[in-house]
Amino acid sequence: MPQTNVLPPKIELQNVTKSFISKHVLRGIDLSIAPQESVVVIGGSGTGKSVLLKSILSIIRPDKGSIKIDGQETVGLSGAKRDEHLAKFGMLFQGSALFDSLLVWENVAFKLLQAEHMPRGQAKERAIETLASVGLAADVGELSPAELSGGMQKRVALARAIVANPEIVFFDEPTTGLDPIMADVINELIVKCVRERGITALSITHDMASARKIADRIAMLHEGKIIWQGHKSEIDHSGNPYIEQFIHGRAEGPIKMQVRHM
Amino acid sequence: MNFLALIGRTLIRFFNATGHFAWFAAKTLIHTFTRPFYWGQMGRQIVDIGYYSLPVVGLTALFTGMVLALQSHSGFSRFDAESAIPTVVILSITRELGPVMAGLMVAGRIGAAIAAELGTMRVTEQIDALTTLSTNPYKYLIVPRFIAATLMMPLLVLVADIIGVFGGFLVSVYGLEFNAANYLNQTWEYLEFRDVTSGLWKAAMFGAIVALMGCYNGFNSQGGAQGVGAATTNAVVSASIMILITNYLMTGILFAAN
Repeated sequence: MPQTNVLPPKIELQNVTKSFISKHVLRGIDLSIAPQESVVVIGGSGTGKSVLLKSILSIIRPDKGSIKIDGQETVGLSGAKRDEHLAKFGMLFQGSALFDSLLVWENVAFKLLQAEHMPRGQAKERAIETLASVGLAADVGELSPAELSGGMQKRVALARAIVANPEIVFFDEPTTGLDPIMADVINELIVKCVRERGITALSITHDMASARKIADRIAMLHEGKIIWQGHKSEIDHSGNPYIEQFIHGRAEGPIKMQVRHM
Repeated sequence: MNFLALIGRTLIRFFNATGHFAWFAAKTLIHTFTRPFYWGQMGRQIVDIGYYSLPVVGLTALFTGMVLALQSHSGFSRFDAESAIPTVVILSITRELGPVMAGLMVAGRIGAAIAAELGTMRVTEQIDALTTLSTNPYKYLIVPRFIAATLMMPLLVLVADIIGVFGGFLVSVYGLEFNAANYLNQTWEYLEFRDVTSGLWKAAMFGAIVALMGCYNGFNSQGGAQGVGAATTNAVVSASIMILITNYLMTGILFAAN
């Protein structure tokens, strides 16, 4: 169980803002995630969810604000300190982002081979073990990513995200493009990995079934701000009109989708 | 007013892009000389850029040498200067046509391939994935291509020089009835070491340009398939133009004394 009140936050964001030219994507994000807690950020397309993840990973540099991991400021890190910071993370990308020039097992073992310089045989063994933990047979390791279905690619991407035993894993739209059954399989795997390995997880999705399954706590991002957060059991009684509209998928409500009229 | 604003916007965009590219090139150079080095990636790029470009560069050089002999004969026969053909062929090939033609062909083959590959990696988040896997994309993707292209282009041009001269020899001996031994003697008679080395220096520079332009455009591509297409076109066009400009500047520098 997450220990929100006991331990200092694993991830802490204060007033994080980010703009691209005149588009203000993040407008002062405050978010705190406890060790081993699983937080899901929900929100419509283009609300800044991916930018939020990439800012924490130092792929995008925020314009303002503070991002702390284990109490250490990470905004502006470079060189060895940034590498040390990134070593704590694993990430499952929306489109899996597998390297198509490499075999499946080489994808899974990438961090072990390139960053940890593990011998090839040992890395392969670890990759096959991790593939097994996400329900994939050893012979899948010898295929190329293009030969796999979308669901299998997600499992491989999950294996790649967890193989080096990261402390924190980000899941970017983990069920997008999958049928409901495969989506649930992926959700189950995420819950299992997070629980068994004691990982702190931050996921972004607009799939409410996925959010309810993998989250301890849910936060909603709208127009670059966290407008609500609470335990997942509270979301159905939030009393927040934005949450109500979002979880029921209604076109009418305070959230206005940008539709261009011809 | 609108016209002035248009000029201003164009200039700002130009200086912005130039500064952005200069920063990209500087970062590439810094990463080229600092650890870690991805030798496996470098080997793969050396094979891809060097070995697999041989047929297209060789064929271009062969026909360039052959056409050069034919054109020189057609022109020089007007004032009985056919004996200068071997010298014209070898000097033209080693100093100019070898490096420039090879540079343009490699810009088309390799510059486009690099931009398309890195552009696809960018839009499918594979480059971001590298970062999350504790691997610097500059070191893993760009430096190996930059080094491979810079080292392989002089070797390709050396081969192109030989094939180009051989093309001129074939046409002259079997088409224009030159004596083979005389043709070879004349070929070497006025050739200086620096005629060849100047072409090789140019080739190394052209290789660096092709790799940098391909990597820069691919690495910074945006917006899906259309963005990757635009990056590929920009990589080839900008590399080709820069090769022609650099060729002029380097010729001025390398042959300034004469």
